Amino acid sequence: METEQKTVSRCSCTPSPQAPSCDCPADSPRAEIRTTTGTITSANRLDHLLARWGWNRGGHRVEPGLYRLGSPIAASPVFASANYTLSFDALRSALAGLDAWILVLDTKGINVWCAAGKGTFGTEELVRRILAADLASLVSHRTIIVPQLGAPGISSLDVARRSGFAVEYGPVRARDLPEYLETHTATPAMRRVEFPVADRIVLAPVELVMALPMFIAAVVLWFLAGPIAALAAVSTILSGTVLFPILLPFIPTKDFSTKGLILGAVVALPFAVAFGTNPALPLWADALSAVTTLLVMSAVVSYFALNFTGSTTFTSRTGVKKEIFTYVPVMAVMAVVGSLAGIALLAGRLFGVI
Amino acid sequence: MLNSYTETSLKYNPDRCINCMRCTQVCPHAVFAEGQGRVNLVRPSACMECGACALNCPVQAITVQSGVGCAWAMIAAALRGKDMDTECSCGGDDGSCCG
Repeated sequence: METEQKTVSRCSCTPSPQAPSCDCPADSPRAEIRTTTGTITSANRLDHLLARWGWNRGGHRVEPGLYRLGSPIAASPVFASANYTLSFDALRSALAGLDAWILVLDTKGINVWCAAGKGTFGTEELVRRILAADLASLVSHRTIIVPQLGAPGISSLDVARRSGFAVEYGPVRARDLPEYLETHTATPAMRRVEFPVADRIVLAPVELVMALPMFIAAVVLWFLAGPIAALAAVSTILSGTVLFPILLPFIPTKDFSTKGLILGAVVALPFAVAFGTNPALPLWADALSAVTTLLVMSAVVSYFALNFTGSTTFTSRTGVKKEIFTYVPVMAVMAVVGSLAGIALLAGRLFGVI
Repeated sequence: MLNSYTETSLKYNPDRCINCMRCTQVCPHAVFAEGQGRVNLVRPSACMECGACALNCPVQAITVQSGVGCAWAMIAAALRGKDMDTECSCGGDDGSCCG
């Protein structure tokens, strides 16, 4: 066996896409096979919570490579996943009680869909992992079940040609796998991506954490213009990061920027009334205060709204680009005009002109 | 008006289709549906340009300029003076808009 190995020069024990793999000796450098379970521990849950709150983004990783779930045999199915804990844990918990192989791709701690869009969950990495794990010698079949949302990065034809494994696209959601595996056919609902309220709310913490530096503006406003102005700033940030995702489908218009303008104006209204009815100020200054509040608050919420496109499951690049060119100039003008008017009003009051 | 999402870069050439149904399996928005001997483009404006269909079509019957519809990344690229189409990437360590 060993002599045969040496004479067959085409044969490689460290498989690469170019060189075909072969039956290597037991001490070959075939990548280690790890073991996992279908159980989600409290440590896993804490990790998920931290990931949802944006703590150590990119650090929620599992080791890439092949895993045994239960006691898989040569006929057991093979599933591909990403090395993001939320992705991997969703898959293994959905498969709890089954014996299977899980091939984890190195997606740098990014979920399947985003990594596929980027290409890290892609043909190259999938083929490389199939060969590195020497999957062909471990399983008797030649099928790998890939999550449907991995498809933007995977060319099933290229994978088949280069690895000998046929790609079978499983359902969008891992939790549909038990039902899917009964027939290996996905229902139309299993193939559809929705964006229900639970999926939207779960994104709010990260949006909020990323906007944390903006709360400095609230503190500054407190000292310059008082507690109501600070409250207006906090309301603006919360509207853009938490309220907007929750209310998304209920706000009129299709464009995110206009949805944001509407939400921003509604949230700004009570503040505009509060600032615009100060009896100590002349009428024109009251009116200007109200307009300033409306302009700035709706522009900022609108900008948050536009940026939420990247977190949704349905906005196209063409559409988002169109939105940027249509609305960002409008937002900029509103914000600049509003801010200048606000600064003028503040200065006027500080120096006792009005 | 107020809907920037009516048109996309998705193009489908039904004459090339061999009815393998792959596009109907990978599309997350049911843009394609089973037809008579070939697949039908039924919800073109629902396309989010993820590119899964084009990449997995064995006969190149579909083309789409795929990319991530993420304003944050595109604006960041534009502000850095980079091309919005090539520089935009989602999910990096240096700031990501993906959930």
